[in-house]
Amino acid sequence: MSLSRVEVEKVALLSRLRLSDAELDTITADLAKIVGYVDQLAEVSTEGVEPMAHAIEITNVFRDDSSSESLPREEALANAPHHDTRGYLVPAVLGE
Amino acid sequence: MPFFEQSAAEHLRNLETGEVSSVDLTRSYLDRIAALDARVGAFLRVDSEGALRQAAEVDAKRAQRRPVGPLGGLPVAVKDILCERGQPTTCASRILENFRPPYDATVISRLRAADAVLIGRTNLDEFAMGGSTESSAFQVTRNPWDLERTPGGSSGGSAAAVAAGFAPLAIGTDTGGSIRQPAGLCGVVGMKPTYGRVSRYGVVAYASSLDQVGPFGQSVEDVAMLLEAIAGHDPRDATSLNEPVPAYTKEVGLPLANLRVGWVREHFGQGLDADVEAAVRAALGVYESLGATLHEISLPHAKYAVATYYVIAPSEASSNLARYDGVHFGHRTNEKEMLAELAADRKQLETACDRQGLDRLDSALVRMYRRSRSEGFGPEVKRRIMLGTYALSAGYYDAYYLKALKVRRLIRQDFDRAFGQVDLIAGPITPAPAIKIGELAGDPLAMYLLDIYTVSANLAGLPGLCLPCGRSAAGLPIGLQLLAPPLAEARLLRGARMYEQATTWNTTHPEL
Amino acid sequence: MSETYTTIIGLEVHVQLATDSKLFCGCSTRFGAEPNTQTCPVCIGMPGTLPVMNRRAFELALRTAVALDCEIPAFTKWDRKQYYYPDLPKNYQISQYDLPMSQHGHLDIRDPKGAFATKRVRILRAHLEEDAGKSLHDEVAGKGDSLIDLNRTGTPLLEIVTEPDLRSPLEAKTFLSELKLLLTYIGVSDCNMQEGSLRVDANINLHIPASSTDPPRPGCPSDQGKHTIATPIVEIKNMNSFRAVERALEYEAGRLWHEWQETHRKLGEVPKLTRGWDDVAGVTRGQRSKEESSDYRYFPDPDLAPVTVSPAEVELVRGSLGELPAALRARLQDGFALSSYDADVLINQGQAVVVYFLEVAESAGDAKAAANWVTQDVLRVLKETNTTLDSLGLPAARLAELIRQIKLGDVPGPRAREVFQAMIERRVDVAAALESLGIAAVDESELIALASKLLAANPKTISDVRAGKAQAVGALIGQAKKQNPNIDPTRFREICLQLIETAL
Repeated sequence: MSLSRVEVEKVALLSRLRLSDAELDTITADLAKIVGYVDQLAEVSTEGVEPMAHAIEITNVFRDDSSSESLPREEALANAPHHDTRGYLVPAVLGE
Repeated sequence: MPFFEQSAAEHLRNLETGEVSSVDLTRSYLDRIAALDARVGAFLRVDSEGALRQAAEVDAKRAQRRPVGPLGGLPVAVKDILCERGQPTTCASRILENFRPPYDATVISRLRAADAVLIGRTNLDEFAMGGSTESSAFQVTRNPWDLERTPGGSSGGSAAAVAAGFAPLAIGTDTGGSIRQPAGLCGVVGMKPTYGRVSRYGVVAYASSLDQVGPFGQSVEDVAMLLEAIAGHDPRDATSLNEPVPAYTKEVGLPLANLRVGWVREHFGQGLDADVEAAVRAALGVYESLGATLHEISLPHAKYAVATYYVIAPSEASSNLARYDGVHFGHRTNEKEMLAELAADRKQLETACDRQGLDRLDSALVRMYRRSRSEGFGPEVKRRIMLGTYALSAGYYDAYYLKALKVRRLIRQDFDRAFGQVDLIAGPITPAPAIKIGELAGDPLAMYLLDIYTVSANLAGLPGLCLPCGRSAAGLPIGLQLLAPPLAEARLLRGARMYEQATTWNTTHPEL
Repeated sequence: MSETYTTIIGLEVHVQLATDSKLFCGCSTRFGAEPNTQTCPVCIGMPGTLPVMNRRAFELALRTAVALDCEIPAFTKWDRKQYYYPDLPKNYQISQYDLPMSQHGHLDIRDPKGAFATKRVRILRAHLEEDAGKSLHDEVAGKGDSLIDLNRTGTPLLEIVTEPDLRSPLEAKTFLSELKLLLTYIGVSDCNMQEGSLRVDANINLHIPASSTDPPRPGCPSDQGKHTIATPIVEIKNMNSFRAVERALEYEAGRLWHEWQETHRKLGEVPKLTRGWDDVAGVTRGQRSKEESSDYRYFPDPDLAPVTVSPAEVELVRGSLGELPAALRARLQDGFALSSYDADVLINQGQAVVVYFLEVAESAGDAKAAANWVTQDVLRVLKETNTTLDSLGLPAARLAELIRQIKLGDVPGPRAREVFQAMIERRVDVAAALESLGIAAVDESELIALASKLLAANPKTISDVRAGKAQAVGALIGQAKKQNPNIDPTRFREICLQLIETAL
């Protein structure tokens, strides 16, 4: 299957990446090649085969409902590129 | 024998008898790194002060006859993808250049509890995405056997560190071969345990259903020792297996009787380098000479493993890496510039009365996300995020992601059938020895195809080990891969040790 | 106008489950803490951290699903719903997509005033997911920044989705009240809307009888075989009370009707729209939605193990639920002659209060009195002293004894509340409380003696009564109370009047 540049631009937005025109050219070509290779999966008969999302399939793993210490706020915010004493700051999210 | 050619097991004996102190041993390695790592580039950071302090603490414990952990005083190099409290953990990415986690990965805690000396952080492909360590944002790592060549990857720094004698032991992660492949290309021993055998807590995720932490060493015995220290159930990792950890160090020395070794028909097809094929066939011969029986087996879906992997791994990666958005941690774009750019774009569209353009215009927030991520990620990471986003997006999910999950089960079922007939599977680790630096730049698919022998074990969750089994005509190491059923690490180690004892490949070292 | 179209409503309700810690980490779920003081590496989504599911959250979700009579599939898994938003630090929400933990249940609703017949509202599905944080827009001084608070991030939510079975805003409101009653009764959530423990989004459209001007569109399956036309569906958000839900839906139904008359646009001709409710202005307003935001790229979360539930486990949960509010309400109304209002007040207080009431009512042999004492006095004390029934110190048997003794006249009616208060404060039975208050029941002969004495001293009262002013006795009651505070004024009045009459 071939990928159009418009499609790749849409994927870039979904991925929250911004690609230059040159990058878009390269990545469109790369993805087309890789997807073309991956397309061979279509030839495998998988009728009645259950998907396998985990490498080792285990079930019912829980923790107890007990609360533990949270991080001190300064420590929680220490890695944030832009914050005040109370929280993370981002460009206004109104109207998003 | 120079200190750096001695195995970790030998060092440990010397430490226990008092022949050498941990401080002396650590200093020797630090000196060697200082003298030679400029040529190899294995380490992103070396923590001399911290390492010597930890070494002194272990020495003090010994002097006071207090209990000492199983790695008592041995230097261990760690791939820079495991979180360490208060220390930079970069994943070789600009986006995490200044990230200092407020927590330790469980493996780091276990290494500390085992009295390992954390000597430094090794280079990797950015976010472990790659097979040559070339996608690191910070530096190139060179193969100690030939400085023009890559060490493999993504744990290339850890493999090169052990091969170059910068550390007796190292930690790596293996998502599609990232421990076994560089081990093979650098002529050391590397092991990917069963998925869930070692905790993933604090290991920065690339592809969560495939990632697994594992050991590097100069010998099978060393790898057993390091695995025993880090393996085991972790309540903070819901995919970690609640199974007891065998005493690998004790078991590793016991040869396997009536061993059935399988070799895979599909592994010896076209594209396999002649030197590699010869070395691997010779290794099979060694097993036969040790009393094992050889069995030809078939893994009919093996040829789809790379395609399956390059759907599943990027899909998970696209999701795992969504969190790097410049809000809560990691790189954020220059906001002033970003807002100025937004204002300029808006003005231009308004002047042109382009209402559609205005509607489509990225808001400040979306712009911040896109700029931050594009500045922070390198091309290979972007490529895989794009690929994964595409495979999961509306209209393609069934054809790619869901299909890949089904083929994944068929691959696993192939192995289940095979392990009904044989105890271990032996084969090549890569189609050819190490590639030259830059050799495959610009051809990502060609690079991906080199993963043909390694990705199946990750897809199926199996333990795998790679150990040296020869040299190419050009003198480059060739690796032998051994695979075992889930949780049969002890069998894998014993089988590997049998071979190692019968050969001398791990006794030669590169000259730097 | 209600005859010209049918309003079709479906609800999506998010309920916060009553756990101590978050769904995937140990951070507290307590409401009202300072921003970002209840977070850890896991709920901040820091690199390398992993979620581990809270057992209690799953149990509460299962309990709810069983109470809603949902099917519980043997296998359920968790998926990542992916979208970028700063209050969602991983930029994906752990939720459930194609294999939810429960589906196809129902909840019956009825209107006590009879505005609609009792009806069954089908539940499409109920699934467990994590909450996002909060973006605070107006609290940051100047600039255009928003402040992100992650305290709420990772709080366990149960999303309950109904089929579009509701036919009026009143039905929607009634459904929500009934759901809240059920959830609080079985103790899975406090359903506090002010604190965000219960949030509602509504989907609404109109079915309009097809007229000759709007024949069924050929090839459009939704039009065929029907005599109605469906308008586009609108999703309404930002409703902060059940009353707001009702008002918003009333407004939106009217708006849709006008829109239909103007545009004649049908379902499927425009994408689903989202509108926000402005409670002050009393209107809904369109919200911007980006086309790409709907591509959530769900896939199974590789960090979490699926969960299996056996039929035996489901039966165990069912057994532990006991009698649910609907059945209980019927029993309280039919068996105990309580009003629907009183029954709901009791059920709203939860299982413990209901059990207490039943004990009191049965033991006292007077359900109405029991209901009055429990709903008025017991609940008031619980509220005032912020205690639970267990620690109240008034076992059901003692309250029943009080009610019995009041009826027998052993406890003077006017002082019953004092006795009740003393029983609680001193943690004693009726007799001890009476003794501590110095109350002794006044017997008939004492009352007669007191009345004779006071009448003899007040001949004017007698003449006034004889002149037809029976209320003149009132002055005597006041004097009698001063002499003996335990007298029953009603009885005393009767005796006075009797004595005056017989003295004739």
